[in-house]
Amino acid sequence: MKNIDSYTHVRGESIYLDDIPVVQGTLYAAVFDSPIAHGRIKAIDLSVAGSIKGVERIFTSSDIPGENQIGGIVPDEELFATTHVHFCGMPIVMVVAESEEIARLAVSKIKVDIEPLPIITDPREAWEKGELIIPPRTFKLGDTTSAWEKCDHVFEGRTETNGQEHLYIETQGAYALPLENGTIRIYSSTQGPTAVQRTAARVLGIPMHRLEVDTTRLGGGFGGKEDQATTWGIMCALATWHLKRPVKYSLHRMEDMRMTGKRHPYSADFKIGLSKDLKILAYEVTFYQNAGAAADLSPAVMERTLFHCTSSYFIPHVLATAYSCRTHLPPNTAFRGFGGPQGMFVIEAAIAKTANALGVPASDIQQQNLLRTGDEFPYGQKAESEANECWNKAIELYDLSRLRKEIDEHNSVNKQYKKGLALMPICFGISFTKTMMNQARSLVHVYTDGSVGVSTGAVEMGQGVNTKMLQVAASIFSIDPALVRINSTNTYRIANTSPSAASATADLNGRATEIACQEILKRLKKVAAEEFSAGEDEIEIKDNWVFAKSEKTTWEWKRLVFETYFRRISLSELAHYTPPGIHYDLKKEKGHPFAYHVYGTAIITVTIDCLRGTYDFDSVKVVHDFGNSMNEVIDIGQCEGGIVQGIGWMTIEEIVYDKEGRLRSNALSTYKVPDIYSVPKEITIHFLDTKKPNLAIFGSKAVGEPPLLYGIGAYFALRNAIKAFNPTVDIAYDAPMTPEKVLMNLYSKSNR
Amino acid sequence: MVLLDFIRYHQHLMGTKIGCREGDCGACTVLVGELTDSQLRYRSMTCCLMPLGNAAGKHIVTIEGINPADRELNPIQQAMTDEGATQCGFCTPGFVISLAGFCLDHKKPSYKAAIAAIDGNICRCTGYKSIERAAAKITDLLKDRDNEEPTSFVSRAKLLPAYFSTIKARLQTLTDANESDHLATGSERSKSIIVGGGTDLYVQRHDTMVHSDIRVTGAYPGQQHIALEGDVCTIGPGVTVSDLAVSPIIQEAFPEFPRYMKLVSSTPIRNMATIAGNFINASPIGDFTIFFLALDAQLELSTKPESRKSRTMPLRRLYKGYKQLDMLEGEYIRRIMFRLPARTELFHFEKVSKRMHLDIATVNTAIHLRMMNDTIKNAGLSAGGVGPVPLFLQKTSEYLTGKSINRENILEAINIAQTEISPISDARGTKEYKRLLLTQLLKAHFISLFPINEKLNLLENG
Repeated sequence: MKNIDSYTHVRGESIYLDDIPVVQGTLYAAVFDSPIAHGRIKAIDLSVAGSIKGVERIFTSSDIPGENQIGGIVPDEELFATTHVHFCGMPIVMVVAESEEIARLAVSKIKVDIEPLPIITDPREAWEKGELIIPPRTFKLGDTTSAWEKCDHVFEGRTETNGQEHLYIETQGAYALPLENGTIRIYSSTQGPTAVQRTAARVLGIPMHRLEVDTTRLGGGFGGKEDQATTWGIMCALATWHLKRPVKYSLHRMEDMRMTGKRHPYSADFKIGLSKDLKILAYEVTFYQNAGAAADLSPAVMERTLFHCTSSYFIPHVLATAYSCRTHLPPNTAFRGFGGPQGMFVIEAAIAKTANALGVPASDIQQQNLLRTGDEFPYGQKAESEANECWNKAIELYDLSRLRKEIDEHNSVNKQYKKGLALMPICFGISFTKTMMNQARSLVHVYTDGSVGVSTGAVEMGQGVNTKMLQVAASIFSIDPALVRINSTNTYRIANTSPSAASATADLNGRATEIACQEILKRLKKVAAEEFSAGEDEIEIKDNWVFAKSEKTTWEWKRLVFETYFRRISLSELAHYTPPGIHYDLKKEKGHPFAYHVYGTAIITVTIDCLRGTYDFDSVKVVHDFGNSMNEVIDIGQCEGGIVQGIGWMTIEEIVYDKEGRLRSNALSTYKVPDIYSVPKEITIHFLDTKKPNLAIFGSKAVGEPPLLYGIGAYFALRNAIKAFNPTVDIAYDAPMTPEKVLMNLYSKSNR
Repeated sequence: MVLLDFIRYHQHLMGTKIGCREGDCGACTVLVGELTDSQLRYRSMTCCLMPLGNAAGKHIVTIEGINPADRELNPIQQAMTDEGATQCGFCTPGFVISLAGFCLDHKKPSYKAAIAAIDGNICRCTGYKSIERAAAKITDLLKDRDNEEPTSFVSRAKLLPAYFSTIKARLQTLTDANESDHLATGSERSKSIIVGGGTDLYVQRHDTMVHSDIRVTGAYPGQQHIALEGDVCTIGPGVTVSDLAVSPIIQEAFPEFPRYMKLVSSTPIRNMATIAGNFINASPIGDFTIFFLALDAQLELSTKPESRKSRTMPLRRLYKGYKQLDMLEGEYIRRIMFRLPARTELFHFEKVSKRMHLDIATVNTAIHLRMMNDTIKNAGLSAGGVGPVPLFLQKTSEYLTGKSINRENILEAINIAQTEISPISDARGTKEYKRLLLTQLLKAHFISLFPINEKLNLLENG
């Protein structure tokens, strides 16, 4: 089934935040944000801005009726800075005016006197100064201390991965409308409507039931609107609360880029030990996460880094420690992969370094250590592994030895263009690592005309979750999909939702929808059973018709629905789902945090122009564990999109902050995401044939985040191609591998 | 006001999206239909950078304008849907419009041209592979077009609504009525900002520009000419990059022009950006500034289109410092003139940016050589991104004059070039990288111009 939103998308009729018809009397907000990364506010001069015609009101922290606090996990972030600013882009003042132009003009006339204070942008410097968001955490398996002496090879090193701008094409925004009796409706481009509701209630000092947050869809999220959409929703609500007028704020791209956090940059140290036969025996790793100026989701992101620090490998002795380091950058936040990719990069670097030193292909080490079913992760869960299945299928299907031979032949005769290849096996845990968040509800209404309305906590942001919800309802009722409609995500219909994140949205909300539909179906069948004098288990609905004892009856779906209503039986159900068997003990750092894992292997090849330092990816060939995919078009789309986004992170997407903490890659002209010419010439996705049961909706495994991890292989393919030209170069494990780094390494004289 | 705001907030046509307001994402792409030499030509443009005045007398097509009336999808939309080429959907109308532009293009349709039509559209969800598959299907739809006029074909084949076949006549009446108005609006406002395509002035300056006094070049008639007198080619101030690309004069003199052009921004930006604007922008990395510096282009400057007073200045002398021009208040470029290289002369352009396409150069360079057998009779070498202004590498060019093509001379020329530049570190790269990159691109000139000369051996490591 095709994405149900395609029709309105291709006709330009889908409604995003900025497309909602504006109510008469709407005012427009704009924010003055700190130009200084760290400092004390001495004075705020609003006199000129306030005198501009059309400016309705200017807000600062003193206008907050409740608490000036938006921190979710840790209460450490103000909505508007009061006495100090902690990052460039921190909101200080909000202007509300009759038009966007006037609001922005007024912002340009605001003067804030800030006394500069010392600035930290480097996480290791923050760590040295004890600037930590939360206490460090350590995962431990076996005993590394005693394991080192059993190792034949031990290598140490350091890695860096840079951040990544989400670059959802729809910028952040919100639109608040006053309803009667002190209630406010907030249209928000958010992945977490409940987060907007809960935090706005806190800031306004009103109960959550006064706030209706509604989200139809997002023009992309990728994690960037999980926590950081909240700010704008609250700001609009605050102005609406004061002025009793509709207030809208749709951010301009540069405002969005400088005021919001990104994927966390990480610095890390590793030590790896192997036996003679390339079994990894011991691995120690220390992560320095650049959290930015406030916690935001950093503690949870840090946690996932630890969960994925051994990637798809079994290592008997592991010691992994992570520090969440406070710097003066915008608070970094969720981004597809959520700390997992940063953890997996380090183990791949350790393997590459080892392979390089021992003169073996990295894939020999990778293959030797792939997880097998029953192997223990450092956090105690036992693997239900498809790692070897994916790997073996990939090297057989895509003929790895032939690929290698072709590359060697090419490189031996070609001076200017060199090719490189890397394999990237992946393993990604599915569930929110905070066990409590693994719950969802679905509200299903069957209307008397037979049409069906479904509301869940899932937010559609391009991942196709609404299509999957519709498939669940239509297939359980066995009715024409056109009879089912998926409603907007709304806190009045579905309360206390978890954000659409962690790849788990379709699973959690899909299972809840499944339960709700089953419950209604049971009632419908009972009515049919009475009518046709059959047992309830002898009633079946197939393609809009009621069957009794395998015979088609005179009732079609619509009649059945109406008859059920006529008998005063409920045609609505609110169902709740939480995945069974997941738990985690934070004190021991052991448990079973994930419902299941997703596996896969990619083979990536690249060609470098050694004259210019530019490169093209020839192919990404994948065998991926989808479980039993319920929608192949959507799942392939998630794979292709994730791979390209991952390659972007590893190659041309370069976040640049200067030493003053100012974002220099602050627009699309200076921050480059992949365009159509920069994507791999070929991406092939093979569905792993597997019959193993899993906890996913209809056995169709979560697919949002895992494919991004394949992109890590792009970095290592590039390294291998560089080495084909300059074999002795000592390449730092420092991603992204921009054309600049490629060229500098091609012509570097530094030897290892 | 820019066309984008007019479309969305005055006409309430919400299918055209706002992604970046700097022409770098394509979410706001519209088609602009224009009559030139009685041929109706559609070009895609990012309307976030287009002053409303530049829309005068033109057919502006938004996504709403290509939706079939019967609630169905047109074949372009159907292909996008079938291939799963839309996920969050926010970039989708831009892609559909650009592909409609491909269907309306007079060039022979090919898959390559379909992809080129969407090279200015950024999608963050799909990874483009599904969009490529849709583009292949759409290319197939045009295979029976033969020599039929595109507007007539798309109407007949129901690719686009039938009204497209009536636009030519409607535009004709509009053009006739507007001709005199244009001249009348060419009033004296020497302090107002002259806007060409808007592709530089509106970038990151939207908030200031909406409050500025502007004068669109639509007020200057007869500005889009490319003409040849003897061996001197003259270019009007309204000539866009795309105009150059389709000019037979340019195509013949620069056979590699399509390859260079692919390195310069994107289809919609090339459709808007003027060569003169590229000069006046004074960016140290303006691609066409670098191109024409090597060719020693001359500028005719004047204050008014009809004025007899004008002065001529070499492009090489236009730049006094970072974004500082040797121009008087109210002056504008009335004509660009350069001697068209003869077939025996050599020309080459190189550019590297972080992303190979749709990006601003980290370093770019052009070379123009007049050869006498194996000896360089005259050399013009330019380089961008390595100084505060687009540089003409005078010492290097002088050194090369009279030299033969060999490894020693080239390496010495590179050494001299390194003394003429002063790159700084910025978001596009460190100064060390820019120095190395210029060295490599200078080598690339000679490797490309003298591919059979293996003795040059310029590719070694170090």
